[in-house]
Amino acid sequence: MLMQSDLLTLSSLSLPMPPQAWIVRWLWLIPALPILASGIISLLKQPQRKLSAGLAIGSLSFSFLLSFSAFAHTMGERALLLYFGFNPMAHDVVNITWFQAGATNVDLGWVLDPLSAVMLVMVSFVGLLIFIYSVGYMERDENFTRFFCFMSLFAGAMLGVVIANSLLLLFMCWELVGLTSYLLIGFWYQRPSAAAAAKKAFLTTRVGDVLFLLGIVWLFAQTGTLLFYKGGAGSLEPSALTALLAQHAGLGLSAATAIGLLIFCGAAGKSGQFPLHVWLPDAMEGPTPVSALIHAATMVAAGVYLIARVYPLMAAGAHAGGSTAALTVVTWVGAFTAVFAALVAVAQNDIKRILAYSTISQLGYMMAGLGMGGVAVGMFHLITHAFFKALLFLGAGSVIHGCHEEQDVRRMGGLRSDMPLTFVTYAIGMLALCGFPLLFSGFWSKDGILEAAKHWSVAKTPFYMLVFGALLTAFYMTRQVAYVFFGARRGNEPAHESPRVMTAPLAILAFFAMALGLIGTPAWPWFRAFLEGRAASFDLHGFAEPGLFTLMGTSTLVVFVGLGLGWWLYGDKSPAPEQPDALEKVAPLPWGWLCDRLYVDELYGLTVIAFYGWWARVADWLDRRVWGGAVAGVAGAFGGWARFNRFLDTNWVDGGFDKGCEELASGGGLLSRVQNGRVQTYLRILAAAVVGLVAILIWSSRP
Amino acid sequence: MGHPAFSVSHREQVAPMSFVFYLLAALTLAGALAAVLLKNTVHCALALTVAFAGLALLYLELDAQFAGFAQILVYIGAVAILIVFAILLTKGSETPKDGVYSKNWLTGLAIAAGVFAVLGWAVLERARVLPGPGGTPTAAPAVTVLQIGNALMGRYVLPLEIVALLLTAALIGAVIVAMHEKEETK
Amino acid sequence: MTPLTGYLLVAALLFSIGLAGALTRRNAILVLIGIELMLNAANLNLIAFWRYGPHPEALTGMMFAIFSIAVAAAEAAVGLGLVIQIHRHAHTTDLDRMNRMRG
Repeated sequence: MLMQSDLLTLSSLSLPMPPQAWIVRWLWLIPALPILASGIISLLKQPQRKLSAGLAIGSLSFSFLLSFSAFAHTMGERALLLYFGFNPMAHDVVNITWFQAGATNVDLGWVLDPLSAVMLVMVSFVGLLIFIYSVGYMERDENFTRFFCFMSLFAGAMLGVVIANSLLLLFMCWELVGLTSYLLIGFWYQRPSAAAAAKKAFLTTRVGDVLFLLGIVWLFAQTGTLLFYKGGAGSLEPSALTALLAQHAGLGLSAATAIGLLIFCGAAGKSGQFPLHVWLPDAMEGPTPVSALIHAATMVAAGVYLIARVYPLMAAGAHAGGSTAALTVVTWVGAFTAVFAALVAVAQNDIKRILAYSTISQLGYMMAGLGMGGVAVGMFHLITHAFFKALLFLGAGSVIHGCHEEQDVRRMGGLRSDMPLTFVTYAIGMLALCGFPLLFSGFWSKDGILEAAKHWSVAKTPFYMLVFGALLTAFYMTRQVAYVFFGARRGNEPAHESPRVMTAPLAILAFFAMALGLIGTPAWPWFRAFLEGRAASFDLHGFAEPGLFTLMGTSTLVVFVGLGLGWWLYGDKSPAPEQPDALEKVAPLPWGWLCDRLYVDELYGLTVIAFYGWWARVADWLDRRVWGGAVAGVAGAFGGWARFNRFLDTNWVDGGFDKGCEELASGGGLLSRVQNGRVQTYLRILAAAVVGLVAILIWSSRP
Repeated sequence: MGHPAFSVSHREQVAPMSFVFYLLAALTLAGALAAVLLKNTVHCALALTVAFAGLALLYLELDAQFAGFAQILVYIGAVAILIVFAILLTKGSETPKDGVYSKNWLTGLAIAAGVFAVLGWAVLERARVLPGPGGTPTAAPAVTVLQIGNALMGRYVLPLEIVALLLTAALIGAVIVAMHEKEETK
Repeated sequence: MTPLTGYLLVAALLFSIGLAGALTRRNAILVLIGIELMLNAANLNLIAFWRYGPHPEALTGMMFAIFSIAVAAAEAAVGLGLVIQIHRHAHTTDLDRMNRMRG
């Protein structure tokens, strides 16, 4: 089940290499086109709705076509390699040296392998559907153009993360994704809550990003290259990994584990794992298409994708059937997050917040799946989750749109008849999320995770946690659907169905929410085979694996129990908004805790934020007193020096000169006393002179 | 004023310094000192007259009779009187309030002492080469007024005329200088 | 000490006394008195040199002294006239106060 630890690339085989396919060389167009469209839109004058929407949708559809050809190429390549009996784990890479800094090369590059191929297709397809949906949803908004500019930029950046083969390119696109997320959460920036939520998202993910940066810098320093795959010399290739394993990094960890954990911190921030999950529910301040695209389908999945991308690093040093320290941490964090978020989701009243906590919970599932089952297990759930969570968010958007911007579920109800298409698609999405057996993709993907958990060698507790989480998922989704679609209408105005431009994407997503299950069943595990480079054949004997039926039965039972419990408590009853919740009546105290989101935000406020406030005050004091004082001191010293110089100048230089002149004048004055106008003085001088001269005369004429 | 104690003809055996000389010298010097030191200006003028007289007698002692009598006539008879008149006309008889000596009289005294020192030194230094024998008395020259008259009109006629001119000029000048100016407002 | 030396010393002393008077007394007339004393000392010098000189019969010394006396008289007259005129203007003969020619 785990990926094979020895990977071979095509170039390491002594085969005549076919020239690189055109799609591989032009792969960079896939992220470049939406970014280019974003640039063009940003230069337009504001109300150019048709042009901006057209550019965005056009560029993304083109990217989608390119992604699909890339996917096809990869599939074809697999088939070719399998036919020739080689291990088809090729990574088609194109690496470019950007510049050289001294002795090190700074490289950029992109990679096309099964992992990036499926992700490209998913991101561009779901993105495209959401773009089309946004045309209808944002119709009444006056910042239509800005919206599409940012969304396009985001799409390009996300696609860049997907194809990146270089740590530098990955980090650049990662940060760009974070930036566009900030811009889009705070899209309605005039609302203080939106601005605060944007800031919170940015800062929380920043915490993760700093550790992520440390990890990649360490990786670069250790392996000497920025590239993942470079014909044997990349940082994820066997030679580098063995070197990393041998390196010790303190605390009994090897460098590989430490770097893996640091990179996981970045993924935890982006993917909303506990304790960095606090930004995701607040991010619902953004428009619903944003929530759908960024905070359900793609950006939050970027963290999971990142772990999948560096999986060789995380799994380095594992014995067959065993696990590494990094993967264990990933699993535990994921499992805990899954349960934690599911608990909190039970007590939320905002339709989007319930879905937000659900997303956090499912991301926990994905992480746990990666940790226990490997890339294929986690990625399969990621792909299916993208579709049905996007569907649920778009459906919620449709509901909000129809209820005239009402978001509190306690004020909705009875929308089943008012918005039938929305109801049907929403129900499909909800059942997929719960993991309703057989028909829905969620069941197969979640079961893959549960199966991996059951066979995990380290501990069995995550399995029970995930099962409990599944129960809670079914419960809270039933609660939500019952509040929104069933019962009596509790709102003020009648609701209306959304226009076709909004409901068509819902339908398409609903179809895929069901159909994608087909590629992940044990009978035909095409997805896993694709990712792991094996041949997949349709074989009903896949179901004959021991323990599989028990597992399927357990999960089915859990789902039905959750659905039943939810229906019993909430179904068809429509309590007025002021009345306490049914569960609240039963257990008011836990309800209170869950309603307050288990006080994580408050904890942060007391500790981290208080610390930062104190630190900011200290820094301010330092700045004003110490550095300011130093500057003032220097200025004062200069002032004093200047004054001293002036003193010197005035008193000694000028003064000396003045004194000299004074002496000269007084000397003159003294001398002028000779001419005092008095006769006797003149006479005296005369007589004295005579004395002197005569004396000289006599003296000189002595014999 | 005193008469010389000895007659002129007894001067052949003159001791280097005779008593008469000392007496007359003392008289002259006393008069001069008094003329310079006394507070009352009129007393000074009178002491000056004594000094003049002493000098006249010294001239007589030196066988310069004409010079001696000329001294008496002119100096005592004219100059001293003139000085007294001047004193009287300038109210010099009143003693001034802050002393008769100038502020730094000591400097003047020192300079005068210096002058005397130099002159004395010159005299004593050249004592041996001075004309006049050291001890050998020379005969007294017989000088008559006739000889002086002849000399005046003969050899010294030019100086005489010039002195006459000088005296005339001095006379006129003194009158002009001391004349009251009528148009000047007092 | 020869007689000549004696007379010369007396003349020198007289001259110094006259000079001292001219230099130290405040009254202008007394300055003139001092000057008269100085002139007289010079006369004495002349007569002494005439008497004990080589050619007394030439009368040089005597004539010189006579002319000196004449000139001294003229000078005393003019000088005193000046003093009187100054007294008329400044109402004083105090030399210490006459410094209008000061530089």
